[in-house]
Amino acid sequence: MTTTDPAATPEPTSELSVPVEIKAVPVRRPGRLLAAVIIVILAAALIRSVATNPRFDWSSVGKYLFSAPIMDGLVQTIELTAISMVIGIIIGVILAVMRLSPNPLVVGASGFYIWLFRGTPVLVQLLFWSFIGALYPVIALGVPFGPSLLELNSNHLITPFVAALLGLGLNEGAYMSEIVRAGLLSVDEGQTEASKALGMRRILMMRRIILPQAMRVIIPPTGNETIGMLKTTSLVSVIAYTELLYAAQLIYAANYKQIPLLIVASIWYLVLTTILSIAQYFIERHYGRGTARATPPTLIARIWQSFSTWRHTQVETVAPTRHGL
Amino acid sequence: MTEPMVRAQAVHKRFGSNEVLKGVTLEVAAGEVMCLLGPSGSGKSTLLRCINHLEKINSGRIYVEGKLVGYRQRGEVLHEMPEREVAREREQIGMVFQRFNLFAHMTAIQNIVEAPIRVAKRKPEEVNRAARELMDRVGLGDRLDAYPAQLSGGQQQRVAIARALAMKPKLMLFDEPTSALDPELVGEVLDVMRGLAADGMTMIVVTHETGFAREVGDSLVFMDDGIVVESGDPTAVLTNPQHKRTQAFLSKVL
Repeated sequence: MTTTDPAATPEPTSELSVPVEIKAVPVRRPGRLLAAVIIVILAAALIRSVATNPRFDWSSVGKYLFSAPIMDGLVQTIELTAISMVIGIIIGVILAVMRLSPNPLVVGASGFYIWLFRGTPVLVQLLFWSFIGALYPVIALGVPFGPSLLELNSNHLITPFVAALLGLGLNEGAYMSEIVRAGLLSVDEGQTEASKALGMRRILMMRRIILPQAMRVIIPPTGNETIGMLKTTSLVSVIAYTELLYAAQLIYAANYKQIPLLIVASIWYLVLTTILSIAQYFIERHYGRGTARATPPTLIARIWQSFSTWRHTQVETVAPTRHGL
Repeated sequence: MTEPMVRAQAVHKRFGSNEVLKGVTLEVAAGEVMCLLGPSGSGKSTLLRCINHLEKINSGRIYVEGKLVGYRQRGEVLHEMPEREVAREREQIGMVFQRFNLFAHMTAIQNIVEAPIRVAKRKPEEVNRAARELMDRVGLGDRLDAYPAQLSGGQQQRVAIARALAMKPKLMLFDEPTSALDPELVGEVLDVMRGLAADGMTMIVVTHETGFAREVGDSLVFMDDGIVVESGDPTAVLTNPQHKRTQAFLSKVL
């Protein structure tokens, strides 16, 4: 330390030795005030319009919101979303592992699949699958280039539901593979080496060490994909499969109440995407364990936190319990 | 003559056109603590990784307890070993890494019990008890449920040592175990290793800690540019190096 003039070092004043909360006059921010005023005016105009325009026909919205055809369509939409995502994830994992294979032919096959299914619109693919009977009237299972063991009529096998699953699931697989691949590559090479050094074989290492850590990177975009898939299922209406949108369309084709029924469909899509977002939050938390110096919270902590999250408008970065080091 | 724990004969290893090991021959007896010293890029870590077949050697032979590592010899022909058998050989050889490489998504105790339960298929109760004892032994009996990110570097490395020991290895490989640690944390890791050596574990330690080599090591091997330049009793090599390259290196390090 350098020697300083004792007179220059300020004596700690008795008032400041006790911490006093600072109460300063805040800086004026006219821009913020202006923005707030504009938003309030626009919001008021919007609410007034929605409330007073009779063509919104809110009574019809209420009437059809829980009607049987809409409920059936909703169930079909959920089913399509869930099964297509499962197909997509399975194909995605397989393609991602293939992509990392040392065999160039395997890598090439995976690359070709992704090129084909990512390079054409999913709407075109859906139409393709629904017209597959024109291309292959009979689908046969058997020895390649040899006798067939089982022959099926395409038009019976590929129902609109199957066509929808094929179109959505196979397309999703191409996108999921890139997500899974990025996740696998995000895990440090040292984890692989440590697993090998402990005598683990590749499958055990993937299942217990690599994939669980890759999940942290895989889950957020997969949540996005699921939400995207939920909305993409509405495309299936073009091949006349009665999911949520097509159910609404069938009703307004008969009664010409297009707007109320599209609102009904939109409300349900919003409800489902909201639920998915909440689910994603908890899944992410689960796979984030062991990172950011946080211990995973107990079940009670989770319930409490979800409760407080609801109260304090979606603060996603609540500090986890810390343990002193 | 008893079979040495590790026997390397004229080991060559290339990465592309870069030859990292240029004919390394050495022997490690059971119960011996051998320290590998040398400048970075001299091939000492690569040699260590060849011993448990994390790297494939290009020529020469490595034997652990008289058994060829990674290959089976039938007559004159070498056959690659299937993954299952390579893995079984590795179970017997513990390895500790410079960067710890603890499984980040598992607690300390989970890190330790994973391989004994799922690879060695030992009984979970027995493994758990042994894991607690190991954590006590490395001085972390109170941090069983901590995640790696909640532990200091020295603590992580001690868990990593406990994890390797849980497989009951007959040989331990240490790849610069203290190089990534803050200076004040080096001692705690070296203490654990000292204890291991006293218990008679066969150890090959790549290290820059000459004090440790002198005190704990039974032998010291100085490597440079892919070959063994000099080897012998640690104190003798460190205080009275015969070779110019050893002298040059030690003058910089000591």
